Amino acid sequence: MHSIIDIEKQAFESIEKAVDSEQLEQLSVKYLGRKGVLTKFLRNISSLPEDERPSAGKNANILKGKLEKAVKAAFLKLEAVDDKKITGIDVTLPGRSILRGSLHPITQVAKEISDIFLRLGFDIAESPEVETDYYNFEALNIPKYHPARDMQDTFYVSENIVLRTHTSPSQPRVMEKTKPPVRIISPGKVFRCDSDITHTPMFYQIEGLMVDKNISFGDLKGILTTFVHQFFDKDTSLRFRPSFFPFTEPSAEVDIRCVMCKGKGCRICSKTGWLEVLGSGMVHPAVFENVGYDTDKYTGFAFGVGIERMAMLKYGIDDIRKFYENDVRFLGQF
Amino acid sequence: MVLMTSENFMKTMCASWGSFDMKVSLSWLKEYIGIDLEPSVIAKELTMAGLEVDAVEERYDYLNHIVVAKINEVKKHPNADKLSVCKVDAGGDEQIQIVCGAPNVREGMFVPCALPGAVLPGDLKIKKGKLRGEVSAGMLCSAAELKLNTDAAGIMDLEGDFLSGTPLDEALKVSDTVFEIDLTPNRPDCLSIIGVAREAGAFMEPKAKVKLPDFKLPTDKIGNKSIHEYAKVQIIDPDLCPRYSAGLLFDVKIGPSPFWLQERLESIGLTPINNVVDITNFVMMEMGQPLHAFDFDEVAKGVIIVKRAGSDTNFTTLDSKEHMLESDMLMICDGERPVALAGVMGGENSEISDATTRVLVESAYFNPVSIRKTAKKIGIATDASHRFERGIDPEGTVKALNRAVSLMAQICDATITKDIIDEYPNKAVPLEIDLNTDALNIRLGTDLDADAIKEILESVEFEVEKTDDTRLKVGIPSFRVDVARPEDLSEEVARLWGYNNIQTSYPLVPAQGRLLDKKIVLREKIRQIMTGFSFFEAINYNFINENSCDRLTLLDNDKRRQVETILNPISDQMSVLRSSLIPGLLETMKRNISQQSITLKLFEIGKIFFATQKGSLPEEKEMIAGLITGNRSASSWYSKKSNIDFFDLKGAVEGLFEELMIANIVFEKIEDDSCPYYKDGYAAVVKSGDTLMGTLGKIDEKVLKNYGLKQDVFIFDFNFNAIQDLLPKSVTAEPLPKFPSISRDITIIVDRAVTVGAILKQVELIFKKESLIENIFLFDVFEGQPLAEDKKSLSFRVVYRSASKTLKEKNIKKLHVNISKMILDQFNADLPK
Repeated sequence: MHSIIDIEKQAFESIEKAVDSEQLEQLSVKYLGRKGVLTKFLRNISSLPEDERPSAGKNANILKGKLEKAVKAAFLKLEAVDDKKITGIDVTLPGRSILRGSLHPITQVAKEISDIFLRLGFDIAESPEVETDYYNFEALNIPKYHPARDMQDTFYVSENIVLRTHTSPSQPRVMEKTKPPVRIISPGKVFRCDSDITHTPMFYQIEGLMVDKNISFGDLKGILTTFVHQFFDKDTSLRFRPSFFPFTEPSAEVDIRCVMCKGKGCRICSKTGWLEVLGSGMVHPAVFENVGYDTDKYTGFAFGVGIERMAMLKYGIDDIRKFYENDVRFLGQF
Repeated sequence: MVLMTSENFMKTMCASWGSFDMKVSLSWLKEYIGIDLEPSVIAKELTMAGLEVDAVEERYDYLNHIVVAKINEVKKHPNADKLSVCKVDAGGDEQIQIVCGAPNVREGMFVPCALPGAVLPGDLKIKKGKLRGEVSAGMLCSAAELKLNTDAAGIMDLEGDFLSGTPLDEALKVSDTVFEIDLTPNRPDCLSIIGVAREAGAFMEPKAKVKLPDFKLPTDKIGNKSIHEYAKVQIIDPDLCPRYSAGLLFDVKIGPSPFWLQERLESIGLTPINNVVDITNFVMMEMGQPLHAFDFDEVAKGVIIVKRAGSDTNFTTLDSKEHMLESDMLMICDGERPVALAGVMGGENSEISDATTRVLVESAYFNPVSIRKTAKKIGIATDASHRFERGIDPEGTVKALNRAVSLMAQICDATITKDIIDEYPNKAVPLEIDLNTDALNIRLGTDLDADAIKEILESVEFEVEKTDDTRLKVGIPSFRVDVARPEDLSEEVARLWGYNNIQTSYPLVPAQGRLLDKKIVLREKIRQIMTGFSFFEAINYNFINENSCDRLTLLDNDKRRQVETILNPISDQMSVLRSSLIPGLLETMKRNISQQSITLKLFEIGKIFFATQKGSLPEEKEMIAGLITGNRSASSWYSKKSNIDFFDLKGAVEGLFEELMIANIVFEKIEDDSCPYYKDGYAAVVKSGDTLMGTLGKIDEKVLKNYGLKQDVFIFDFNFNAIQDLLPKSVTAEPLPKFPSISRDITIIVDRAVTVGAILKQVELIFKKESLIENIFLFDVFEGQPLAEDKKSLSFRVVYRSASKTLKEKNIKKLHVNISKMILDQFNADLPK
């Protein structure tokens, strides 16, 4: 009969050497089974001298517990090894792709801009893309043969019908139908005969108009500052610069600190540190007179922003023509 | 009114216009205002006052590349009598050999030296070379060659002690800055150096007033003759020429202008011509009043008649170009013929020549609109027309005339008549504006008192009188043609006070909740749905090729042939307004395929246009169209490549309507030739009731060929408004069924000509009668062996459900047999064998 120490030594050695669960199972039977070594040892305990019996029994039972634990641990260890074998799936295989589409970047930026003004209480009013000379020019205080007509190269369909050169015709069109207060923006396509890396013959603008009692140039500054801060970020500084539009008085160009170089001067801002992003001003009284508003009672401001320009600054696009080539490799980036 | 032909009309509207940035040199500016600010500060201040400075250039930059050199040795050139070979010290380590032809060259002299690489005025590039066999590594320059004065007799003797190699601009301490101002059309008063000086005076600390030149005539040059003995001015059309002033000079000696005058003109980019012409240009640039000088001996009978051309005649301007005049163009005529195109350009027949001795100087005010019309029609724009059409100072003609004749008297050594002519039939009325400072402060959001406003306005020469605490009487200077009402004065105050000094505020307007226009909401929804269906949104130009209708093979009577044509298109490819979104989508497909993107799913929402009556707005109609082509799915490990077909497109269209909750959409095969761009038999019209929503189909091979395309492409084209009209007004939730459904299939063999649509339509009739039927749909189509060639097998699944109990076979057995029988009978069908 083996001594309990020999059994312990042998058992632990073979458990350690076991390479798969089958061997382990056999070992478990060999030592712990009903006909196993330990069981035998316990059955044979009566053959020992009487004074050794209690301690031998105790030791055998302790060993039994130890071995059970060791077998269990060895099983777990082997299981971990087993998993490395190929069962299940290659989870790194690419998934079945869900095709995706996207909105045109102009649509996205136009919506972003519109949403800012909608939150400020503006409404959206659209107007025709082909316009009469009256709404595109005359109603906006740009009579025929006014030098200001040189500021915009106009596409003509007939002598008095033009492709609108700006979204500003929406101003008189809305005011003719609405009494103050007026708060609208009007996004849409506009057209000018010009085509190069910085000009496309069609582009997008968003017009804005607010009319009520006591609307001031300070309010114009407030609304446009809010807009710029929301569209870019609140650290973007603005500069209001005197300019000329026949339908506003005073008129202002709005420059922002160059978003590329933060004002240090770069190619995008022509080394000036400033970028012209908006045209604006207080509505000219002649425009109010044309729509029958009382110029003593009401004041208002108007502004226009080029959507492509904003999109180009936002996404770092350097060629405006890319917007209208509709290359899916371009569209897919937004 | 004469109706213009469209060609003529376009010429009128689209004449190409030069750039008329106003250039101002700092040295010239300082003649009128003692400004001592850094050029960059001046540029910024001008910009912030509304005179946007586009560019600031150092005028003598080129002198920076010319260095002071000391002539150490002069030897005669071995092969040329008049040339010397010099050794000079130009600051470098070694002496340089330069061949020089100047007679005044001597040892020890300090001279300007242009080394290889330098560029002299006139774009003369200096290179190392050999002159008659002797190496010459540079050029010793005369003052004239450096545009420093007119002395071309020899090289410039710098007369003094210099460090060799010093840049010449430093050595001579010359500098001048040129500002290029992009002037807005409302400020013709700043199309003059004095005008800009006035603005500069307003931003200086303390504010300064312009110092005007002396307009007094030089007494020693005034003769005793009266102009009236020789010349007469008659204004026939005072509406177009309210004022005409003229002066006369005798014994004029035509020649080059003195250096200072040439230099002034060149500093702002003008080319000197001769003393008389240069003086007219100088005064125009100085004061903003365009002048014209006639050779008085060519003015027949000494008479100037200002009148409309009256009839169409030819006229040759002094640039030797012949123009066809129209009857309403304003002309300057002599006793026999036209001698100038008023305000635009003089005539060749009376221009100043070297032989000229008597000069008549014109200083007039012309009607801006008339000048603009003429210049546009003729297609030329000059510095003069640019000023006249924007409006010059009507009170400035005599001052400018006096300035010009006195300069001519001195520079051209001429004698002036003792008086001038000043015909002024339509006197300009001085304008006075009553300014309410409260209204001004409300408009601007400022809190300026009347005194502050008065001071601001006076800084740019408004004459202001305070009538009470909130009232100012403002006299408008005659040169400020842009100021006509109180709001214009508010701009003056705002810009001079500083836009950026106006407090930012927020408007107080009543809260008003408004619903967005339904159109805008729908557009946004469709965009979301289509991108969800993996379509990319395209935006194409509104212009398309004029032959697009032909490319689509549209019938002659197709409405889409009523295109609106652009009179002045960018190109033939963009010459008409689109009457369909299809051409733009096909062009976009072509561009993408040329970039190897062959699988495309695109949609566009946009307007199309139909011409209506001439002179009326076209009809604008909003459409939504889409295009698919290429592979159904990306080629990958889980799928085989398969081509997109009609049913991929139809599925997208059905999905779109389903998402929009528009029910009862019917697809009918297009049997007529209304959409010839679809392949025959592969297209459907989509209807809801009687409303035509749009079409979809496979593009015909002929059309593909016209667009240079090869692969199959499918397009849908829908009317946006029709979709909008069909949107459900409201949506009500239906309770979910409480009991399970059971399904039974029916498979039939029918003639291939029988359409599934026809069967479903019949089935629908039963559907409506039998409450137990929940749905009937097609789930399999089979054609080919073992079926006969003209047969197909169709399998339908009928779903039965009761609202009150769980159905059993016995509940539906009879109904299912009836449906099967009905289909078999109605469509002459068989059960499968």
